Amino acid sequence: MSAAPIGKDLLGLEHLSADQIRLILDTAEPFKEISLRAIKKVPTLRGMTIVNLFFEASTRTRISFEFAEKRLSADTVNVASSGSSVSKGETLVDTARNLEAMKIDMVVMRHGASGAAKFLADRIRSNVINAGDGTHEHPTQGLLDILTLRDRWGSLEGRRVCICGDVLHSRVARSNIWGLRKLGAEVAVCGPRSLLPNAIDELGVTVFGRIEEAIEWAEALNILRLQLERMQAGYIPSLREYNRVFGVTRERLERSPRDLVIMHPGPMNRGVEIDSDVADGPHSVILDQVTNGVAVRMAVLYLLAGGRPEVAEAAKG
Amino acid sequence: MVLLRGGRVLDPSTNLDQVGDVLLREGRIEHAGASLGEVRRDGDLIEIDCTGRVVSPGFVDVHCHLREPGREDVETIATGARAAAAGGFTAVCAMPNTDPVTDNQAAVGFIIRQAQRADAARVYPIGAISLGQKGEALAEFGEMIGAGAVAVSDDGKPVASAQLMRSALEYARAFNIPVADHCEEPTLAHGGAMNEGLVSARLGLKGIPAEAEEIMAIRDILLARRTGGHVHLCHMSTKGSVELIRWGKDRGIRVTAEVCPHHISLTEDAVEGYNTNAKMNPPLRTAEDVAALQEAVKDGTIDLVATDHAPHHYDEKEREFADAPNGIVGLETALAVLVTHLVEPGIIGYGTLVDRMSCTPARTFNLPGGTLRKGSVADVTVFDPLRRWTVEPSAFLTKGRNSPYAGMQLTGRAACTIVGGRIVYRQSE
Repeated sequence: MSAAPIGKDLLGLEHLSADQIRLILDTAEPFKEISLRAIKKVPTLRGMTIVNLFFEASTRTRISFEFAEKRLSADTVNVASSGSSVSKGETLVDTARNLEAMKIDMVVMRHGASGAAKFLADRIRSNVINAGDGTHEHPTQGLLDILTLRDRWGSLEGRRVCICGDVLHSRVARSNIWGLRKLGAEVAVCGPRSLLPNAIDELGVTVFGRIEEAIEWAEALNILRLQLERMQAGYIPSLREYNRVFGVTRERLERSPRDLVIMHPGPMNRGVEIDSDVADGPHSVILDQVTNGVAVRMAVLYLLAGGRPEVAEAAKG
Repeated sequence: MVLLRGGRVLDPSTNLDQVGDVLLREGRIEHAGASLGEVRRDGDLIEIDCTGRVVSPGFVDVHCHLREPGREDVETIATGARAAAAGGFTAVCAMPNTDPVTDNQAAVGFIIRQAQRADAARVYPIGAISLGQKGEALAEFGEMIGAGAVAVSDDGKPVASAQLMRSALEYARAFNIPVADHCEEPTLAHGGAMNEGLVSARLGLKGIPAEAEEIMAIRDILLARRTGGHVHLCHMSTKGSVELIRWGKDRGIRVTAEVCPHHISLTEDAVEGYNTNAKMNPPLRTAEDVAALQEAVKDGTIDLVATDHAPHHYDEKEREFADAPNGIVGLETALAVLVTHLVEPGIIGYGTLVDRMSCTPARTFNLPGGTLRKGSVADVTVFDPLRRWTVEPSAFLTKGRNSPYAGMQLTGRAACTIVGGRIVYRQSE
């Protein structure tokens, strides 16, 4: 198998080049079509063994990866933390060694600790795909967000995207910031300062303290979930107030000078960070994001397995 | 008798800096300074050629963790004392966050007995400020001091209660001992794994802001002013703390402070790649902080250098960054880090280095040593200031291997460590 054009692992978008990101997106395009077929399966990864290792609860990301793997004919095993030896105190390094001893090919890992994916990748020969590590990165989510915007705009060059909400605790936000900026977009963040990392502006993003400013500036809003526990930890006074001050409502959107693209990585808190008539409204691409998620993950799996884009095109047949 | 011949005899406590000899007899300094010529031999005389080396009062580390009792798999008093000697330290102070906590006279006595058996660097116990380091009730300072403790500290944890800290400073006055505090405002630092800033934002790690340290530092300084007690601020890491200490000293408040070699040589960038060997508390800060701390060592705002030697078993560090324990080993690299990062760039000279590693620590904690004055205990360090070496943790005498300097080339190495006139360590040529 030849070396993967995007490296051994996909740990984040920070260390990928713009060309590598474009390669993944370009590779995802032909894979979209497979999901539209009556028989949604190609033999591309037949014989490969992939472990989906989810140390944190996840529904959509895990299912999306599983679909991607099955549509490429890989053999998959799902491991959730509650049923694993981790709950008996096994360390991540021991888990990694055991997986390696079972001669697997790839690991898709979701973990609550930032850097956990790199930790694993540094210790096993198998390819590692980061399905979200702590508050660090969630690269496939970033890629599917970017693919969705590229579908809409054709190019990201010079486009303005604002990430709204709890950036401090968001792995999605960081992947979006790296990926969008590498492809030429301008990126802003908007939220209460208590939910924005202290040095966020040093990442090359504009910071808006008021949602009205963000709406006036942006061409797309990527709205992040407000987590209930953040309120209890004293970051914001209440979810109600958050909605009143930072919530994306139809009234606020109507003041935008343009048709804003509305995105959300889910799961949504309707009536908190996003109102239902925005989530279900004409500018929402939220379900397109979900659809694109499978194609992007197929592309990543395929490329890490050593595949080339031209072969992906051929795999359609 | 030990005769140290022809070295650069350097003792800031007596303003001594000349090439000459040092003679040790019956555990005391008999002579330090000019060349002695022929020396009358009575009994055994060990003569060591110190040409090209610095002969100084033995280094004193007022802050290390020796893990015994409780975690003898990680370090024992014996291995820690031997590592200290290999780093040029003739005396170290052991922090009380052992298991059980060193919060009573029996525990203090145990450490002293273990240290005597170890027969390497001297080990002085530090007693806990509060029973069990729980931050609730004062431990029995008087009994601990009577048994041999030299200071009190809840290090490893901050003293969250300002009232308890006030009481500790007031009560400690009767014994004329420093109250050493780990300055960390717990609610602000909660859950933090590294310095709060650009790197933590990028890596998605919860940060510990500089203010978590500074708020406690100024609280302690103000309480020292109120009580007249001697507060010693452990492991300072920020530019702001330096400014606060300077403010306190300018007003005659009894505040002393220490800095660790890692905080004056490394920045938060060392954490890149989730390097758990760069994880410590307080965390590595920014280049601006490092420069301010270096300047503070030079001008004396920071009184002394202490290692905060904190060994961990390798597999405890071999894990997710946020869950890995804080701390690095430091006894065997401290001298070289200071020579490489402070002396070689011309920030301080060897005289200041010796003062911050030996004279001032001994004076601040009221310990024997820290001087080559005639009649003083014969605790002496001979070091080779130009010796280049590559840090190889597997060669350490400490059981810990957790060093962020692994593989780095540093300059300066202890050649010979003498405690009470006895050679406890000699570097192989």
